[in-house]
Amino acid sequence: MSTAATPKLKTSAMIASFADPGQKTASAPFGHALVKAAQENDKIVGLTADLGKYTDMHIFAQAFPERFFQMGMAEQLLFGAAAGLAETGLVPFASTYSVFAARRAYDFLCLDAAEPNLNVNIVGGLPGLTTGYGPSHQATEDMAIFRGMPNLTIVDPCDSLDIEQAVPQLAASEGPTYLRLLRGNVPTVLDEYDYTFELGKAKVLRGGNDVVFISSGLMTMRALQAAEALAAHNVDVAVVHAPTIKPFDSATVLAELNTDRLAVTLENHSVVGGLFETVASAVVTAGLGKRVVPVALPDEFLDAGALPTLHERYGLSVQRIVAKVLAELG
Amino acid sequence: MVLTQEKAARGKPSDVEAARLERVEGAAFRIRHHALNMGEVQGQGYVGQALGAADMLAVVYADQLRFRADDPEWDGRDRFLLSTGHYAIGHYAALAEAGTIPVTELETYGSDNSRLPMSGMSTYTPGMEISGGSLGHGLSIAVGAALGLRYQGSDARVYNFLSDGELDEGSTWEAAMGAHHHQLGNLTAMVDINALQADGKTDTVLRTEPVTEKWEAFGWYTQRVDGNDVGALLAAFDNAAAQAAAAGRPSVILCDTKVGRGVPLLEDREKAHFMRIEEHEWQLCREHLTAGFEGKAAR
Repeated sequence: MSTAATPKLKTSAMIASFADPGQKTASAPFGHALVKAAQENDKIVGLTADLGKYTDMHIFAQAFPERFFQMGMAEQLLFGAAAGLAETGLVPFASTYSVFAARRAYDFLCLDAAEPNLNVNIVGGLPGLTTGYGPSHQATEDMAIFRGMPNLTIVDPCDSLDIEQAVPQLAASEGPTYLRLLRGNVPTVLDEYDYTFELGKAKVLRGGNDVVFISSGLMTMRALQAAEALAAHNVDVAVVHAPTIKPFDSATVLAELNTDRLAVTLENHSVVGGLFETVASAVVTAGLGKRVVPVALPDEFLDAGALPTLHERYGLSVQRIVAKVLAELG
Repeated sequence: MVLTQEKAARGKPSDVEAARLERVEGAAFRIRHHALNMGEVQGQGYVGQALGAADMLAVVYADQLRFRADDPEWDGRDRFLLSTGHYAIGHYAALAEAGTIPVTELETYGSDNSRLPMSGMSTYTPGMEISGGSLGHGLSIAVGAALGLRYQGSDARVYNFLSDGELDEGSTWEAAMGAHHHQLGNLTAMVDINALQADGKTDTVLRTEPVTEKWEAFGWYTQRVDGNDVGALLAAFDNAAAQAAAAGRPSVILCDTKVGRGVPLLEDREKAHFMRIEEHEWQLCREHLTAGFEGKAAR
């Protein structure tokens, strides 16, 4: 059998990064940000459910072993114990994968932390489509599940800068929070813009006369890349980054949507219950008769495979975004 | 009377044992009396459970727990976590006995705008540490509270009250493993084994026995006592303090109790999650309770 002509298959490795080749990245920004916040706030503690190494919590555990609590592969205990720690005045950050946080231990976050409005901070790895392992690990509906939980703040950061700036703000905010973690070597994108993360705020990263993108999470990176690519087609695109999904900064977003520009939402999440529907409900509530085009994952269980393949297949790639916008513009 | 009970049980002289027993039994009687009054207001409620658990609650509030009745948020307090939210009727009665909430407020139990909802919630009631009711949560929260207190150098203890029905929940066993792994000698669990859950007798719903061996296998200092024998309960708590706490072992006291305890006409009634009591029977229940307490005959 000859293998010379067989192309090397792409892998679906769990550790696959969505960073582009040669892109500027920062290593484990969440872990380092938590260490820094903990140096300034001795109430911060960390815990995980047997996923410390895979949520960058191990950085914190190495720096503060006495402030780190391993809960084992027991997500209900993880969230219940986080609530108990918060009840004694501590500020816990509890990490697991987003699928387990949202699907497996919802009741414990809801009743133990959200109902009493405790400062419990959940950190969910592999949000949306950031692993090729298939539906067991792809949290494509985590925001849809969590948006219905009263008191819970939901943050979908774009890059390492967002994460670094969000962590101390999450620690300082009252009530429970959920952070969609980007881990490992995380792209650094927003340092190129006049931008700082502010909990609860959406920010206009760039202006544009033809199209307005409303995006969150890693899709803001793609939105910015797509905006650059569309400029070559003489399409002028504005990008609004809305990392706080709840409470949502409707005022900023609606001000940008209330124009004649083509409006597109971009999210690393199912088209059901995430950024698109958050924006749509704000638009309808305000009485704007504005069409909004979603770039989002389909309402289905996704394939396993390599991330670049899957992002292309499900429409999250820059190429697919550009094609969609050009088609909309006719 | 507003009590400031700061661990009377620790360092007590042995010659006050009789007074100790009398004090706790008196508290248990009044908790039962309060529970009957509260049940009558609504014409229903978890009266059977409250009567069954009254001795456990009395030992906690009249003997074990370090707290300040007029300052339920005091940092140095022991934490009592009621996992079984529907036992709130008993817990409110105990909080009234302790002086944290006024006895006169008990009549608002389960009513609109009351601080005393049918299922206990921390956001409603002074002295209610957690929002229980979704069963199997309390022990997990207790693990976190015990870790947090220990990390912060507090000598306060954490008590979790749970029911045998909650042993069905997998989360209870996640927490049991976690407590043992983290050597939480400052944690005590109390399991009310009344052998009854929503759909019937425990052994017909989901067999939990052998309960003692399960907890032992999970590494806990395990004792099983008659949960309606105040003397046995006090001895179990003393044992736990002497044997387990210093060794860094979590402790569980498995308490076999009788639904409706202290009121013979209820003790003999067919057991149900929601015990039916007719309007004319409430006064009879109180009379039976009082006669039994004074004469000890019915106990």
